[in-house]
Amino acid sequence: MSKKSFRQAINEAMRLEMRRDPRVIIMGEDVAGGQGGSSGVVDAWGGVLGVTKGLYTEFGPERVLDTPITEASYIGAAAGAAATGLRPVAELMFVDFVGCCLDQIMNQAAKFRYMFGGKARTPLVIRAMFGAGFNAAAQHSQALYPLFTHIPGLKVVIPSSPYEAKGLLIEAIRDDDPVIFLEHKVMYDDEEEVPDEAYTIPFGEANLTREGDDVTIVAFGRMVKLANEAADKLERQGISCTVIDPRTTSPLDRDTILDCVADTGRLVIVDESSPRCNMAADISALVAEEAFDALKAPIRRVIPPHTPVPFASVLESLYLPDAAKIEAAVKAVMNHKVTEAA
Amino acid sequence: MQIARETLLRSYRAMRTIRDFEERLHVEFATGEIPGFVHLYCGEEASGVGVCANLTDNDTISSTHRGHGHCIAKGVEVSGMMAEIYGKSTGVCRGKGGSMHIADLSRGMLGANGIVGGGPPLMCGAALSHKTLKDGGVAVAFYGDGASNEGSTLESLNLATVWKLPVVFVVEDNGYGEATGSSFAVAGTQKARAEGFGMPYMECDGSDFFAVYQTAGEAIAHARAGNGPVMLHVHLARWYGHFEGDAMTYRAAGEVAEAKRDHDCLELFRKKVTEAGLLEHSDLDAIDEAVRDEIESSVIAAKAAPLPGPADLLADVYVRY
Repeated sequence: MSKKSFRQAINEAMRLEMRRDPRVIIMGEDVAGGQGGSSGVVDAWGGVLGVTKGLYTEFGPERVLDTPITEASYIGAAAGAAATGLRPVAELMFVDFVGCCLDQIMNQAAKFRYMFGGKARTPLVIRAMFGAGFNAAAQHSQALYPLFTHIPGLKVVIPSSPYEAKGLLIEAIRDDDPVIFLEHKVMYDDEEEVPDEAYTIPFGEANLTREGDDVTIVAFGRMVKLANEAADKLERQGISCTVIDPRTTSPLDRDTILDCVADTGRLVIVDESSPRCNMAADISALVAEEAFDALKAPIRRVIPPHTPVPFASVLESLYLPDAAKIEAAVKAVMNHKVTEAA
Repeated sequence: MQIARETLLRSYRAMRTIRDFEERLHVEFATGEIPGFVHLYCGEEASGVGVCANLTDNDTISSTHRGHGHCIAKGVEVSGMMAEIYGKSTGVCRGKGGSMHIADLSRGMLGANGIVGGGPPLMCGAALSHKTLKDGGVAVAFYGDGASNEGSTLESLNLATVWKLPVVFVVEDNGYGEATGSSFAVAGTQKARAEGFGMPYMECDGSDFFAVYQTAGEAIAHARAGNGPVMLHVHLARWYGHFEGDAMTYRAAGEVAEAKRDHDCLELFRKKVTEAGLLEHSDLDAIDEAVRDEIESSVIAAKAAPLPGPADLLADVYVRY
């Protein structure tokens, strides 16, 4: 056990799995970095954020493959390799680039098993960073997990801390279905105690980061930390919250969400993705259908507006959910007065 | 060229099976009993069979929406294919794929594909598996002149060269992408494209089994030896429409009739092997008869087979969920 960053935890998950299973390979743009450059230095970058740094040096060019900047061909190659015996972990860099290779994910990898009558296995992991907060603007800041969650055949993972990232990524690499693993780009330097050895965290089992009596907050990825910040502050004001980190949007741990709503009777959902057809909408529908009678107040969603992610800091802050907005939403559901029908 | 008698008989049988399978689908589709879309491979049989005669189950191929021929050439079982096209639970994909998604991974057949240009990136991946696992296999991406313009295909030519993958890109050029002529839609030439990516280019007459078999054999040997990818450009004619029901109003009068008269790969094969004394007419006639029976019984079985049930709707989305 030692303090590790989100970046180190992810790197360690890949390193341990590559040592354990020779079929695990890494591919992506600059995952080593420096191939063909004038200095002759390879493993210069380890990906644009250094997440794969050192893997080329340990495992060599047959297992850590730099690619040209051609997402359709290498994501498709990862799918084809997965269906024929390898266990590729492909890095898409920014999840926004999925526009260049969506066919290979949506129409190929996700559908092989079903279309082929259950005869295919596609143990593929696609890692990508997502999210706003770095002034990266509209084409490098999206939180596109609802897009993938919408597609049957894919599993979608959103780790909320370094500990979660390591266990969930090892689970993803050992999983026999295609997994989209989304890393919030603002979190790479977050640190916490992480075991040195390999461990797994199962998909579809939510984590309750705190338990309370008054309000259930469901949050994803970086929003889990913000939800807990808000809950700390609310605690001091006498409002106790449960915070649920579903960990995976597909599969989704519906039972834990419904159980917690049954206990608290109030629900706030914090979702960084664009508001139409996002996880907040999906969970709202679930609770409205399955737990209507438990609700003491309308469901509140802390979500961005239906706009592209803006560039300027002042606009990006307005756009994103934050602890203050979560706190306000919790207070709003607490203050809701039930009016009896006449 | 030396070709074993067994290879000749097997190849003729595969070509005849494709022809009869497709001709029968043409008839059956018109009755309205076959659901969905069907795209026929008639006239192109020597291409799929000539290429796949150089492959084993250890090699991998990807196909297209016009995939029945490649499936049969790669050894996918005919009655399972027929049942699949009828949407029956005995189908090779249990009735959940249909004509455009027939696959059999145990035969190295990674699927017909409903997306134009879907296959070439997948074959880069299959080739990467063969190379990394050192199993001696090669990957073959079949695609049409239409798909040759897709970005995914052009990216794959680049990636395969950069990674020096054992993959053969087989451009089946029937002159039409759907209803649009390749003389309109394809800029430059396939040859210049291959050369632009630094890979060898080969071409052959797709109505001549022997030309395809020999040229593909050289291309596959090149890739299998670890020398990187090759492009094989096969010139063909499509005997039916883009899909069944297409009246082909965009084709000149006599174009298809001429192809059938002068470029029928089965007739050309028969002429060549009998004149050279490699096979007797009676050998081929026996195959024709056996195939006729096989197709007939596959249609009868498909029509009688059970439909999928409600449990099939939810099955096999994931290995575990």
